[in-house]
Amino acid sequence: MKSASTSPIIQVAIRGLMPVIQLVALYVFFHGHYSPGGGFQGGVLLAVSVMLGRLALGMDMSQVVFRTGIAVGLSALGVLIYASTGLAALLAGGEFLNYAFLPIPGLDPPGLRNLGILLIEAGVTVGVMMALIAIYDEIVDSRGEASATATPEPEARRMEDVRKPREKGVDPGPEGPERTPVAP
Amino acid sequence: MHWEIELLMMLVMITAALIALHIRSLLAAVVTLNIFSFMSAGLMVSMGAIDVAFTEAVVGAGAVGIFNILAIFCTTRSSLD
Repeated sequence: MKSASTSPIIQVAIRGLMPVIQLVALYVFFHGHYSPGGGFQGGVLLAVSVMLGRLALGMDMSQVVFRTGIAVGLSALGVLIYASTGLAALLAGGEFLNYAFLPIPGLDPPGLRNLGILLIEAGVTVGVMMALIAIYDEIVDSRGEASATATPEPEARRMEDVRKPREKGVDPGPEGPERTPVAP
Repeated sequence: MHWEIELLMMLVMITAALIALHIRSLLAAVVTLNIFSFMSAGLMVSMGAIDVAFTEAVVGAGAVGIFNILAIFCTTRSSLD
């Protein structure tokens, strides 16, 4: 999560998978006119690729792919694209989200509807992707603050407490898992 | 149509759900829940709801799995009950 995974298999696999997932996400987004798919699915796929990178490569290395801290603002930008498309149609004389009234010159109503749906889908994609990444970053961030302010001792001790009896097969005893070397 | 495939997917779904309930390793529970989501997506395809199946596969088997693994990182690896 915070630090990179130690397994080289996972690192290489995730580095190869991330561009493929992003390419599939762009296909889902742009082909959403003609087939199942669209803004929401494409946005979730894009967010999943970034979150996989965060999970496997660690927060520091995945800053290259996507920087922490700009996700909330870009999510608001996605909502702004959606709302401004709807409001532009509203101000031009039609109803909210009635794409045929979009004030773009040189296009007949079918072309305007095509373009309007594309704009809406772009807004949904950006909004969903950035919202998911913001949730992930917020969870990791609050986790880091909690372990920085409180002592990280009980957490590590509990993990060890759970794992130790299964690995070694010995009871750690009432005073907790102290590392006492057992004489052979 | 294809009732054999649907029956197989139903059986895999129920088995995965029972394993996810009873297994002690939470990471294995996450993986079996992803299997559950993917099988339900396949069932939705067989019922003709392609768009719902797509969303279920992307969200249920993708994003939810990542968030569950993140929750495991934040808590403990093994179930305590």
